[in-house]
Amino acid sequence: MALEKITRISGRGVFVPGADIDTDRIIPARFMKCVTFDGLGEYAFHDVRFDPETGEKTEHPLNDERFEDASILIAGVNFGCGSSREHAPQSLSKYGFKAVIAQSFAEIFFGNSTTLGMPCVTLEAEQIDRLRQVIDEDPAVEVTIDLEALEVRSSAGDSFPCRIPDSARDALVSGRWDPIQELLDNAPRTAEVAESLPYV
Amino acid sequence: MGKSLYQKVWDAHAVGKLADGRTQLFIGTHLIHEVTSPQAFGMLRDLGLKVKFPQRTFATIDHIVPTVNQDQPADPLAADMIKAIRENCDEFGVTYFDLASGKQGIVHVVGPEQGITQPGTTIACGDSHTATHGAFGAIAFGIGTTQVRDVLATQTMAMEKLKVRRIEVNGELPPGVYAKDVILDIIRRLGAKGGIGYAYEYAGEVFDRMSMEERMTVCNMSIEGGARCGYVNPDHKTVEYLNGRPYVDNDDFEATAERWLSFASDADAEYDDIVRIAAAEIEPTVTWGISPDHGIAISDRIPDPAGAASEAEKATIEEALAYMKLPPGTPLKGVKIDVAFLGSCTNGRLSDFREAAKFLKGRKVAPGVKAIAVPGSQIVAVQCQQEGLDKVFEEAGFEWRGAGCSMCLAMNPDKLVGDQICASSSNRNFKGRQGSPIGRTILMSPVMVAAAAVTGAVADAREVFEFPGSPVAA
Ligand code: SF4
Repeated sequence: MALEKITRISGRGVFVPGADIDTDRIIPARFMKCVTFDGLGEYAFHDVRFDPETGEKTEHPLNDERFEDASILIAGVNFGCGSSREHAPQSLSKYGFKAVIAQSFAEIFFGNSTTLGMPCVTLEAEQIDRLRQVIDEDPAVEVTIDLEALEVRSSAGDSFPCRIPDSARDALVSGRWDPIQELLDNAPRTAEVAESLPYV
Repeated sequence: MGKSLYQKVWDAHAVGKLADGRTQLFIGTHLIHEVTSPQAFGMLRDLGLKVKFPQRTFATIDHIVPTVNQDQPADPLAADMIKAIRENCDEFGVTYFDLASGKQGIVHVVGPEQGITQPGTTIACGDSHTATHGAFGAIAFGIGTTQVRDVLATQTMAMEKLKVRRIEVNGELPPGVYAKDVILDIIRRLGAKGGIGYAYEYAGEVFDRMSMEERMTVCNMSIEGGARCGYVNPDHKTVEYLNGRPYVDNDDFEATAERWLSFASDADAEYDDIVRIAAAEIEPTVTWGISPDHGIAISDRIPDPAGAASEAEKATIEEALAYMKLPPGTPLKGVKIDVAFLGSCTNGRLSDFREAAKFLKGRKVAPGVKAIAVPGSQIVAVQCQQEGLDKVFEEAGFEWRGAGCSMCLAMNPDKLVGDQICASSSNRNFKGRQGSPIGRTILMSPVMVAAAAVTGAVADAREVFEFPGSPVAA
């Protein structure tokens, strides 16, 4: 299975404020009643984008027309905490996001996103704050995540070193973010391990 | 230097290094449920793959299944999902504990009950509370749906090795303080992201004394502290619990037990971090906000943003209090509740219902409070009925339901309405978690839920009920 090598992603950004944004917030459980992931995009952040009482659009940044074309999500600490539901990164990806920049990520969310080919990189708080300001002043600013140079740049002239675990970076840039083929290829060695485990 | 259980289990299950540097880990036991598996089976079909070790995957339904008329979900989408897991298990030859088997229930209750959960094994499940199985000395963690596909297709997955933090709790827990309080206290101290990158090893006198069910309550909430897995080293209680269970190798049980115990951390094992907590300092703990680390001792006050250490903390407290509609700096005790929920994979086992029933006997749920008790599995339901606990709950004014996740995540009809406040024995108090986008959750132990149910407000169970002694006394 040849996969695309993901080395650089550019697009407009949108900042979603708040710490510990959990997966229930990203995709409320009631939208998980589905046997495929198709169609999850429209429910991303549903309960904070629409007023639960009136159903009207809230002031959530994803409702802000200025950020309509954003494809890079920018967030705070511990983004994606909570459940293991892959519905969360799937809904973001189907919504149109290609990457997430945050101060830190919850582990399962991070892994799920990488496996979808949606890079998650971290920056320091001040750098995130600076990006927030730049895109707020001009939503057309282009944000670039360069996984080879390990940098986040903005067309406003910023350039910050970003972080991502080596294994995830390597998997993305070499087009191995979905490991299934490699896992399948190692079947003989897998059989040996299975053989060595009395409970299997 | 000795090895920790984590290290030993990892070594025994490592298949090899992948090109990206991660380890290919063999997953001895795979558990699935109706919500995160249908897409994975779909991917398998798309790729033309089969389930590699069908005898090592076990399925049940819990997330969406109704707790009343279990086999007739009114919601057609729920019916579709239940149908999908039945058909998938049938087609791919996977063991499935359906409603008619009498063994259906929350996947994290069913695994241990059936003896599928065993020490020294790796367990994965498309559910973040999989760490529950760590109570048996298994390395158990939640995975996403694409990884469910990987495990189905290869019985392995790509994994990054975690660091290990040992959390020791020594001394005596005061009366009225339960396993749930211990884990809520740990999360409040170390934070909701304190455990990122770590496996938690729970050790010390308090965990040694705990029953297997109490250990499960603690391990269950590891993920709420950011740790993908958490475990307690196996001991004689682990062995006794598993003895004679259906999926245990009972022919040569002694050899099996010996092998299990050999996985326990060595006395001179190395850890990346050690945290020590004095049991005597732990109080009944409740949450006031929208993250499981928003916890306070019941005698404390709700934090005041004015006293926050940083701007970020101030904003977090303000956001949480605005959502919870609670005033800063006031006690949580006395806040009126609308719903009391007893159940979930954290606290939906026999001992949880026994303990709550002990105090509910002869009392009534306060007027206006809707109280529901939802056993974690069909087997738990039968055990409770045999002891007459269902009657105790019903006489007190609780509704006694069928087994499932129910109001823990409200994918079935059990939901909060509007901004109702729920005293809940579950594990997450996120915004909207219990089915209403503005519903409010206060996490606590089952006995604290009972106290809230009978008084109609958040209460200190020690003031409502009489406690003879420490509940986790040896
Ligand atoms: S009871 Fe709640 S936390 Fe446990 S498996 Fe079900 S939904 Fe998840």
